[in-house]
Amino acid sequence: MDFRDTPDEAAFRSTLRVWIADNLPEGWRDRAPSSGRMDESVSRVWSKRLYEAGYAGLTWPKEFGGQGAPYTHQAIFLEESARAETPEHIGIIGLGMAGPTIIAHGTDEQKSAHLAPTLSGEEVWCQGFSEPGSGSDLASLRTKAEDAGDHYVVSGQKVWSSFAHIADYCILVVRTDPDAPKHKGITYLLVDMHSKGVEVRPLVQITGDPEFNEIFFTDVKVPKSNVVGETNAGWGVAMTTLLHERGTLGFALTARLEVLVGKLIALAAETGADADPLIRDRVAQQWIELQALKFTNYRALTTLMKTGVPGPEGTIAKLHWSESNQRLGKLALDILGVRAQLDNEDSDWSGFWQYQQLRSRGNTIEAGTSEILRNIVAERVLGLPRSR
Amino acid sequence: MDFSFTEEQEMLREQVRSFLASEFPPEHIAELAESDEGWDPESWSTMAELGWMGLSIPEEHGGAGMGFLDECVLFEELGYGLYPGPYTSTIGVALPALQSAPGVLELIASGRARVTFAGAEPHGARAIEDTDRLTTSAEQNGPGWTLTGVKEPVADLAIATHVVVTATAGDGTGLWLVEPEDDVVRPLGTVDTTRRMGRLKLEGHPATLLVAPGQGDAALGQIRRRADAALALEAVGVAQKVLELARDYVSERKQFDKPIGSYQAVSHQVADTYMSTELARSVAYWAGWSVAESTEDADRAAAAAHSMAGEAAVSACERSIQVHGGTGFTWEHILHRYYKRALSISQFNGTPATQRAAVAATLLDH
Repeated sequence: MDFRDTPDEAAFRSTLRVWIADNLPEGWRDRAPSSGRMDESVSRVWSKRLYEAGYAGLTWPKEFGGQGAPYTHQAIFLEESARAETPEHIGIIGLGMAGPTIIAHGTDEQKSAHLAPTLSGEEVWCQGFSEPGSGSDLASLRTKAEDAGDHYVVSGQKVWSSFAHIADYCILVVRTDPDAPKHKGITYLLVDMHSKGVEVRPLVQITGDPEFNEIFFTDVKVPKSNVVGETNAGWGVAMTTLLHERGTLGFALTARLEVLVGKLIALAAETGADADPLIRDRVAQQWIELQALKFTNYRALTTLMKTGVPGPEGTIAKLHWSESNQRLGKLALDILGVRAQLDNEDSDWSGFWQYQQLRSRGNTIEAGTSEILRNIVAERVLGLPRSR
Repeated sequence: MDFSFTEEQEMLREQVRSFLASEFPPEHIAELAESDEGWDPESWSTMAELGWMGLSIPEEHGGAGMGFLDECVLFEELGYGLYPGPYTSTIGVALPALQSAPGVLELIASGRARVTFAGAEPHGARAIEDTDRLTTSAEQNGPGWTLTGVKEPVADLAIATHVVVTATAGDGTGLWLVEPEDDVVRPLGTVDTTRRMGRLKLEGHPATLLVAPGQGDAALGQIRRRADAALALEAVGVAQKVLELARDYVSERKQFDKPIGSYQAVSHQVADTYMSTELARSVAYWAGWSVAESTEDADRAAAAAHSMAGEAAVSACERSIQVHGGTGFTWEHILHRYYKRALSISQFNGTPATQRAAVAATLLDH
């Protein structure tokens, strides 16, 4: 057991720190603190710089434009990026979900067409999984793809799709066999979002931001060469995507929470709330929970490095992070008291905390609701009898 | 970065777990918990022969010269097995006070000494650092010292051969070693009868100086952080065991023709117990490593771990009792004994909230 960086990790970290300091986009450091939101044009520039410097796709194999680096480098990259509050890579879905799925199940043509442009941010991805009638019960999905010889014709509706308004491609799960048992009639497609018949409508969240979208597919032609894995075997492919969604998320989320805890401490100090014993107790609790998350991620990483399989510790990281992040947002607003009702430029920190708190309500819903994650822990980790 | 125990440490863990499983099954623990002695003295020499007493004691004093992290494996497993005996008092709390008493270290390593720590005074709430109300006094008489005062509650006092006592003399707080005779020890009624409390009443009792007056506070800081980490590990062991009891029970027990673990109102409580146990384990291992390596962060890592693991163990027991229904509320079931141990751990030297206050000071006061 040793929590210090190895010489190799320390060298990677210090080189990265210098690189980030030298390459942050002009004016980025001086932006208003309300920018908890993504800035698309800055993210595109940043993605390209990361790719050219070899920091995009660190753990991807070299043949696909990655670095073949150990997971610890990716963890350090996420930590340092969060600490420096860098912009986000534009390809959150591509790097975290579409890319790893294509690497695991894609054809050689799919790999050479998509992986490098995904890393460089030239090709932006969105996810077409959830539907108005299919949320946690994903396998009940109804968007259909009809066989038309060398292509499919896709019709249906997807929802809660981040980046769809700027995406070039969509990882889409569709029903290709309506007569098969529900898990067995699903196919996994890569769909060009510029195709005829694709329409994207923004959905406005409780923050006021249109961060995600509805996607309507009307007789959209998708070549059969865009099937990932086998026809009607898309459920297993989709599980790979979801494994990666939750697997790599922990470090990024925890690193961001670490930055927020730092800001919370600054807020407590500047408002004088740090003299209140009840606030002090809650700040300490947030900090302790952050350590618990951080070291639970490290444990999961150690298991992954030693066995090649993510440990069960990772399952709880998202569950706990979401709840801790929600408590933190509330605590910040409690510190502000009645001033928490002020918003945007009239508020302390230009609406930063108001945005954080409202946005955090989505955390226990997106990427697997807390209820579903508790079922996963109960049934797959602890082996309890199935609930349905 | 490496978050795993060594192969030797994993072997030690296996060894402790199977020893406790065969020597201390639940019926035997219940029997000991209700006996006059409260423990099995023979287990102490067996454990010494297995080399568990002297793990971190230097080889020249009869130990194995290993480290605190090796002992952490013991604390966790002894919590898991609810071992009734003064291992945590001796190795987790008192040991660092004995660096100037190599003779006692040798006695510990060979299983001939059991040591506890007497820091609390009547009406005090902290077992180690009760220095605000310290009235026990030390007086130098020629080459030796004598102590006068009352210490209570003191864990494992009735079964200890030696006691480390905090007292004041001219220059401030110091630490002394006492070998108490029966007439200065009074057992006290205790909730957790596997870790019984006692009162030590000293009236000019001879004592050996361990840490000079005025240097006691620094020594207490060292002792506290080690004890916090040790207790956090023990708490993780307790939480793990009651989690397993809950998991097994809800998988077997049927109501409305289905195992109750298939109902989410039940299974989610077990899932939450798993989550809080794993989170606490991560912090406890970090604290164990930080204390073993004396890192800059060791004090607050230990405080954070004790706060989190203490609360996790208490709530794990409460949820486990709940999902066991009436069965979990009976005297016959082992659960209440784990629950009482969890409470004892989390209240030992300050509550989870006082630990958080210490953490808050490091974050907010500059």
